Amino acid sequence: MADGTGTGAAQPAQFAFDAESEAAIPAILAKYPPGRQASAVLPLLDLAQRQMGRVTGSAWIPVAAMDVVAARLGMAPIRVYEVATFYLMFNKQPVGKFHLQLCTTTPCWLRGSDEVVAACRRLTGIKGWGETSEDGLFTMTEVECLGACVNAPILQVNDDFYEDMDAAATERLLETLRRDEMPPPGSAIGRQGSAPVGGPTTLIEKAGLIEKAGLIEKEGE
Amino acid sequence: MLSDQDRIFTNLYGLHDWGLKGARARGDWDGTAAILARGRDALIEEMKASGMRGRGGAGFPTGVKWSFMPKQSDGRPAYLVVNADESEPGTCKDRDIIRNDPHKLLEGSLIAGFAMGAIAAYIYIRGEFYNEAMRLEAAVKEAYEAGLLGRNAAGSGYDFDIHVHRGAGAYICGEETGLLESLEGKKGMPRLKPPFPAAVGVYGCPTTVNNVETIAAAPAIMRRGAAWFSALGRPRNTGTKVFCICGHVEKPCNVEEEMGIPLRELIERHAGGVRGGWDNLLGIIPGGASVPVIPKSICDTVLMDFDSLQAVKSGLGTAAVIVMDRSTDIIKAIARLSKFYKHESCGQCTPCREGTGWLMRVMNRLVEGRAESEEIDTLEKVTRQIEGHTICALGDAAAWPVQGLIRHFRPLIEERIAAYKRNGAPMSMPMAAE
Repeated sequence: MADGTGTGAAQPAQFAFDAESEAAIPAILAKYPPGRQASAVLPLLDLAQRQMGRVTGSAWIPVAAMDVVAARLGMAPIRVYEVATFYLMFNKQPVGKFHLQLCTTTPCWLRGSDEVVAACRRLTGIKGWGETSEDGLFTMTEVECLGACVNAPILQVNDDFYEDMDAAATERLLETLRRDEMPPPGSAIGRQGSAPVGGPTTLIEKAGLIEKAGLIEKEGE
Repeated sequence: MLSDQDRIFTNLYGLHDWGLKGARARGDWDGTAAILARGRDALIEEMKASGMRGRGGAGFPTGVKWSFMPKQSDGRPAYLVVNADESEPGTCKDRDIIRNDPHKLLEGSLIAGFAMGAIAAYIYIRGEFYNEAMRLEAAVKEAYEAGLLGRNAAGSGYDFDIHVHRGAGAYICGEETGLLESLEGKKGMPRLKPPFPAAVGVYGCPTTVNNVETIAAAPAIMRRGAAWFSALGRPRNTGTKVFCICGHVEKPCNVEEEMGIPLRELIERHAGGVRGGWDNLLGIIPGGASVPVIPKSICDTVLMDFDSLQAVKSGLGTAAVIVMDRSTDIIKAIARLSKFYKHESCGQCTPCREGTGWLMRVMNRLVEGRAESEEIDTLEKVTRQIEGHTICALGDAAAWPVQGLIRHFRPLIEERIAAYKRNGAPMSMPMAAE
């Protein structure tokens, strides 16, 4: 892995977990039985990637960070490289501040993901998958099914799902991101979760009854 | 139609408080200790009698699966692993349970874990569900603070821990042994069976892997009884199910309905019908990307359960209903699924590693029509060489959508090929490994 992942990314010589990351590690390791700390490889790689995002503005995992994780967990570095390259969510090269992860699998495609992809390309100037915009703000990655298909198409930005998207909603979202604001995630058309547009066809009787009895406080009240 | 009082997931849409207070108001964590006091065998028998079949896709009887766990420990601890790696295209039900009703999953984990003699549960949730994982962690914390987990969980005298483990983006980790490998900190490459996880699972210990929906339904089954659950649906296909209806419908949605509901009724009652009306329907993938597509003629009458869909050479799978109207280029829709499987193949078995790429490349040519009609037969034969020849079911899952397309839409493919020839477009030499 001397050349990183063949992506030509310039590799920083060193990486160390900072105080914020270190504070999270004991609780992660405590989840797994003694001697099974290799189980923490996904969480620690994720932690390293989040730290890179927090500190440098680009959430990726340099080889030096993989080596730190290997040393911390008593694993051979190659085992960590294998894992880091097997799972799609680990970025082996720098990404933009806003990582646009576009689902184009059939359920999203049927609902117009092509339109969302085209809008992202137009607004960021990005041509190919995996590329970063010239201003360094955006990276576009094609992802497979994100598991929110009844709210398709989905555009995931960093950790958040933006749902029920179309070209206009994508345009609004990207403009907001350019102002360095993250709008609240969820449906672009104001749907309640996965309920049908216009309101649920079920859970009407019971919800009504319980609310009348004052047993449930609505969220946000 | 299922009445609301028979619905298990009463906060499916997140209209109410997801937290412990709201969960208790919905009946969760009520008398959990008394349920555990019935004893392991009684709980397993109740689950068997309910007829519950695993909601993750394969439909294996849950009570039977639980009964495979050793009755006496040989010194090794046992584990419950909850599969929340929801990634089957079209499927988004576990996400709703986790974000809106997480305590059903936690209470179910305690009940199932106790029934199988597990000391702890690991809930493996797909990495992309970051916000959902944070919600779940918060619910776990609430449950520990209320004494519902940990030592003497829920006052039952039984010690039980639950840990949330996030994945990092790999469909194959939804395969149970791939998931166990991943949980151990390795690439998610499925294991040969036997040994089955109940004998040698995570960390070499007896393990049962169950889907989120299966486990989250367990408290309701224990509380209301197997007779209640098995009275819903049809024989061998009992209970309720969360259906995910996506694609070309007026109102895509998740909805909990009775097993065996007619497909047409499901769509028209809850999802506002097919876009442009029922007669505008082309075909439906009724159980997530892995099951074969069925044409409108079958959709007209088929019931939504394991046996009914198997009888028409498809499957209930995860009950993710992907609807395609007559505007759909269905060859392209299936070709995109071939790309999905090519991307997600872990690469350890040759028929899958090579075959999924082969399927994708031929399917992409068929989208254009750049092929000879004999190649349709070749394609079908290749799917048969992948199916059943791999360690896990991903190979089968890659083969079935293509088989379904050929079975029901062959004339369309032939027409596409003929149109390409008519247009005089250049023919390239078809190659197996282009």
